[in-house]
Amino acid sequence: MNTAEYKGVFVFAQQVDNVVSGIALELLGKGKELAADLDTDVTAVLMGSGIKDQADRLAAFGADRIILVDDPELKEYRTEPYTQALSEVILKYKPEVFLVGATAIGRDLAPRVCARIHTGLTADCTQLDIGDYPLTPIPGKETLHKQLLMTRPAFGGNTIATIACPHHRPQMATVRPGVMQRLTEDKGKKAVIDEFAVELTANVNYVEIVEIVKSIAVAADVMDAKVLVSGGRGLGDPESFAMLDDLAKTLGGTVSCSRAVVDAGWKPKDLQVGQTGKTVRPDLYIAVGISGAIQHLAGMEESGLIIAINKDETAPIFEVADYGIVGDYKQILPGLTDKLAKIMAARV
Amino acid sequence: MKIIVCIKQVPDTKGGVKFNPDGTLDRSAMLAIMNPDDKAGLEAALRLKDEHGGKVTVMTMGPPKAEAVLRESLAMGADEAVLITDPLLGGADTWATSQTLAGAIRNMDYDLIITGRQAIDGDTAQVGPQLSEHLNIPVISYAEEIKVDGEEIIIKRQYDDRYHIIKAKLPCLLTALSELGKPRYMTPGGIFDAFKADIEVWNRSKLIDVADSDLGLKGSPTQIAKASDKVRKGGGEKVNLDSAAAIDYIVEKLVEKNFA
Repeated sequence: MNTAEYKGVFVFAQQVDNVVSGIALELLGKGKELAADLDTDVTAVLMGSGIKDQADRLAAFGADRIILVDDPELKEYRTEPYTQALSEVILKYKPEVFLVGATAIGRDLAPRVCARIHTGLTADCTQLDIGDYPLTPIPGKETLHKQLLMTRPAFGGNTIATIACPHHRPQMATVRPGVMQRLTEDKGKKAVIDEFAVELTANVNYVEIVEIVKSIAVAADVMDAKVLVSGGRGLGDPESFAMLDDLAKTLGGTVSCSRAVVDAGWKPKDLQVGQTGKTVRPDLYIAVGISGAIQHLAGMEESGLIIAINKDETAPIFEVADYGIVGDYKQILPGLTDKLAKIMAARV
Repeated sequence: MKIIVCIKQVPDTKGGVKFNPDGTLDRSAMLAIMNPDDKAGLEAALRLKDEHGGKVTVMTMGPPKAEAVLRESLAMGADEAVLITDPLLGGADTWATSQTLAGAIRNMDYDLIITGRQAIDGDTAQVGPQLSEHLNIPVISYAEEIKVDGEEIIIKRQYDDRYHIIKAKLPCLLTALSELGKPRYMTPGGIFDAFKADIEVWNRSKLIDVADSDLGLKGSPTQIAKASDKVRKGGGEKVNLDSAAAIDYIVEKLVEKNFA
């Protein structure tokens, strides 16, 4: 493979219900940085049916060019038609770097595409850089410059690894939502639009979608919240979340939870923070009755200020908390909410 | 119906992680277990067998000691077990792993392949979809519920904010979420039999239609540039106060940081 033939940073502009997902904008933000280091530009690949109106949004968030694949077969995400379309785009345009969101769609699509076109894939990256591989020269081994260095947690967040894809192109990564920063929207910005027609072939790999059931929209997306009050199994029962709701409301935040709470059926999965849930970094994260399994920490430890309340003074959550309070949350939360409400009322 | 379940032996990260004095992960001090999503996948396969009859074959690629998770599977009720082991396969990334599994599965007759969604050591969720591509069969990832109806399979497939009910023709591959079912326990008789059972051990020569250049570390497009243990920021203040004092303490910190 002549890796020099491959140029440009591409991102998969995931859309759901014909609305571009937040992750697409995050990938554009990161893509711009990588493109600057590679002295190239950023292309968004937008696929769906009747989605052309989403192009302006991609341009406003940094796309220099948009490859638009508009086909009725691409209306709802299905692995095979999307794999055919994306593989064709990659074979035609030969990108150097291709980023996909590590979402329930991206983590299905990207591996299937990589297996089809024979390149490597690094999952769930939390950091991307351009640099040398090997990182430091090794005698007898050629140093390759301007490689995509993909950093990701492994072992449930216990270790981090930096991965390169030195001899295959594109260098592909899925990127964890909520980690990369989107650019400030610039509505005046325009992008070149390439309409790209693909001939999709209904083959043995096609499946049929019988029904689509959307979950009831949660009041607020935990990934956008500036303040999160998060509850764990230590709460003892689902009813006690009412105390967390009150505190969250007072602080202008929202409620999230740990995996144990979702497994117990107390809260929907949309609210779950952690390795298999959402990665969040609010300005303030208050963990109540959360012991702090490593998988949970991996999803919240980048928060601005972390306060933990837990009965068990050996709970691992205290290892990442800025302020840890050993105690019974039932004795603390109602009084805390009350006092904060009074302070805020007095200030108005 | 003939079902193949691909499983992996992984270090148990859940019951606390052990570190060496130098701060690196002490894998020898951690239990080696069957990957939880794989175990849920095996449970789903056993339930399909209970309902429709047939045969469940478990397969793993790994060092010889990975045999332990195969015996555990047999004790749970799997019928046959295959261990793919060869020094040539070491250091495989997900491309090379999926090529290996595909090469092994080409020896077999099957209606359904189940893999766990992801393993708790690598957390990539890539091997299942990649394997399906190499075998040219449909993939349905993130399966939450399964129903088989003749030549078709109906699956509840989870997405971030919804689920799809998907119908596919067999053979196909699905990746299992833990929601598929709580794994059954091994039975005493099952454990006894499992220790006597023969496990097929396959090496490189059994793999069909796979080039050496697609196997092991050498066949892996991705390469590790650096691996290190995660440095946590470390805890701040920890206080143990009566509730009134605890409330004052938290309020003081929130005011100080401009949250109240």
